[in-house]
Amino acid sequence: MKLKQTVIAAAIAAIAGTAGTASAQVSDGVIKIGVMNDMSSLYSDIAGPGSVIAARMAIEDFGAARKGMKVEVLLADHQNKPDVGSQIANQWYDVDKVDAIFDVPTSSVALAVNEITKKKGKAFLVSGAATSDLTGKACSPNTIHWTYDTWMLANGTGSAIVKTGGDSWFFLTADYAFGHALERDTEAVVLKGGGKVLGKVRHPLNAQDFSSFLLQAQASKAKIVGLANAGGDTTNAIKQAAEFGIVKGGQSLAGMLVFLSDIHGLGLDMAQGLIFTETFYWDLNDQTRAWTKRFVAQSKGKYPTMVQAGVYSAVTHYLKAVEAAKTDDGTKVIAQMKAMPTDDPLFGKGTIRKDGRKLHPAYLVEVKKPSESKGPYDYYKVRATIPANEAFRPEKDGGCNL
Amino acid sequence: MTEIFGVPTQALFGQLLIGLINGSFYALLSLGLAVIFGLLNIINFTHGAQYMMGAFVAYLLANKAGLGYWWSLALVPLIVGATGVVIERLMLSKLYKLDHLYGLLLTFGLALIIQGLFRNEYGTSGLPYPMPAELSGGTNLGFMFLPNYRAWVIVASAIVCLGSWFVIEKTKLGSYLRAATENPALVQAFGINVPRMITLTYGFGVALAAFAGVMAAPIYQVSPQMGADLIIVVFAVVVIGGMGSILGSILTGFGLGIIEGLTKVFYPEASNTVIFIIMAIVLMFRPAGLFGAQK
Repeated sequence: MKLKQTVIAAAIAAIAGTAGTASAQVSDGVIKIGVMNDMSSLYSDIAGPGSVIAARMAIEDFGAARKGMKVEVLLADHQNKPDVGSQIANQWYDVDKVDAIFDVPTSSVALAVNEITKKKGKAFLVSGAATSDLTGKACSPNTIHWTYDTWMLANGTGSAIVKTGGDSWFFLTADYAFGHALERDTEAVVLKGGGKVLGKVRHPLNAQDFSSFLLQAQASKAKIVGLANAGGDTTNAIKQAAEFGIVKGGQSLAGMLVFLSDIHGLGLDMAQGLIFTETFYWDLNDQTRAWTKRFVAQSKGKYPTMVQAGVYSAVTHYLKAVEAAKTDDGTKVIAQMKAMPTDDPLFGKGTIRKDGRKLHPAYLVEVKKPSESKGPYDYYKVRATIPANEAFRPEKDGGCNL
Repeated sequence: MTEIFGVPTQALFGQLLIGLINGSFYALLSLGLAVIFGLLNIINFTHGAQYMMGAFVAYLLANKAGLGYWWSLALVPLIVGATGVVIERLMLSKLYKLDHLYGLLLTFGLALIIQGLFRNEYGTSGLPYPMPAELSGGTNLGFMFLPNYRAWVIVASAIVCLGSWFVIEKTKLGSYLRAATENPALVQAFGINVPRMITLTYGFGVALAAFAGVMAAPIYQVSPQMGADLIIVVFAVVVIGGMGSILGSILTGFGLGIIEGLTKVFYPEASNTVIFIIMAIVLMFRPAGLFGAQK
């Protein structure tokens, strides 16, 4: 019973409004994109309003107005509930004539929207959700999984840790689709590397207090406590692990999914030395820095996460595909997106696989010590770059039958 | 090693203690709710937001004024309690003659507004609040590693809870308060300023929430929705204990903390629902709660 404000599904800001005649194949003469995510709870700093800013920047940079394309952005808060997300998706597709839905963190919600999108022949570009099932058994001709996934995280972080001697694991797992997928994918990597899993505990989403679970992890004597959770759950677990002397006792924490905003929330004192995998970091090169500067100007000083960057990249490529295919029909646009190589300032050049997996490099990063950090959000050292063809699960292993 | 249902007894002791610590927070918060409901007849849905404000004010005092944890522990309840006084004077006092529902709606709306304002300003990832140096570290009890701070949480909350119970149930001031809830007109006739007493009572209840917020800041992330997640559980605690029962809310708070702790060992998936299951069962057999007066 989580009482919250009712679903906002308020249409906002018609961007690029002036040009009157759009291409005849674009339904109602306007391309409507919906950004659906957690706007008010534990994942809203990861995605939230920042994803909307990123979507708008993409439309602006694409030059929709100049090209005579009319693009509108809608936003909604799915409250991390699959039923709420499904209801918004249905309403958007049927009533509001939305052509494509973007972002959708929280894997359980994304899987629900994935099904609806497929049934209605629209387009779904996932940036926020993690479950690798979106390009595996739940793959769809109408969905592209953009930014990252559980297999990539497990492969990047998990194998790096196993290689450096972290061969016995205990999992703290968020008890829903995402946590289960992340735990499963990481366990596979650990076992493959010759390690073993000593135990696991499934905690409810948004659990606040982890002391009980941490005691169980401590008692297991596992070398690595793997956090198969995200957002506030991860930061609270890390903070309380320090309190209970987990790290001092010789065990190490592995944050399987950590975002820039989490590190900001924890502070470098608490987070230093953590190793994890990202596909975007604002301080990678001149292009990412320039883009981030513009983003920060609109986000009240918050730096972009990889999810928000992924929304920018996905919207950019979506609009290019609509322009090339001269239609906003979901199935056709997705096919067009897969046919064209991707290119944007944040993720560089990339491709999209038949199963809907967008490919780009991943970065194994380590959180800096407070003394190494030179300015705001100067948090990561990039330890290794995992090339695009190794970062994600091979197509044949996913079980997608597209 | 002996085991109970496959769980080593040593681990079980640890979990019982953890449950007691979480119960401390439930007890502190449900006590404030019980005091407010008992004396004002207001179901204070702003309580979670006030708990969150406690943590945030502590954060701001530390970062803007350089005042540490101990200063916060003393000052924050006063500051947040004062905002409670303002809310009571300006808004709640207009509602006493109306149905409970109006108070509930007003306080719920206020909670949403306060949380929204903090979310806009600070985001949801939370902010770090350092552990006071005196209480960092921990003690190895043999069956578990007990962080010193958690031990302090149990002690401090037990003292505050029992102190409040003592004042309300055993002192002259408390007897005025209780009398004023029964028959305000008569108490006023004895020359006691009842409206002011009610205002201060609300302020006190809010101060308790803020106190709990300061206690929570070093353990949890200081984040705008920290109270929203907790308040629903705390309401269940109050309902199980019996609305308005001071001692009931304290005992139920600690007790349910322990039950929840045990659930986290035996069946962690149910740990966030177990309290509501108990609530449903209690309401079936004792609609006024375990310690509430059956009317």
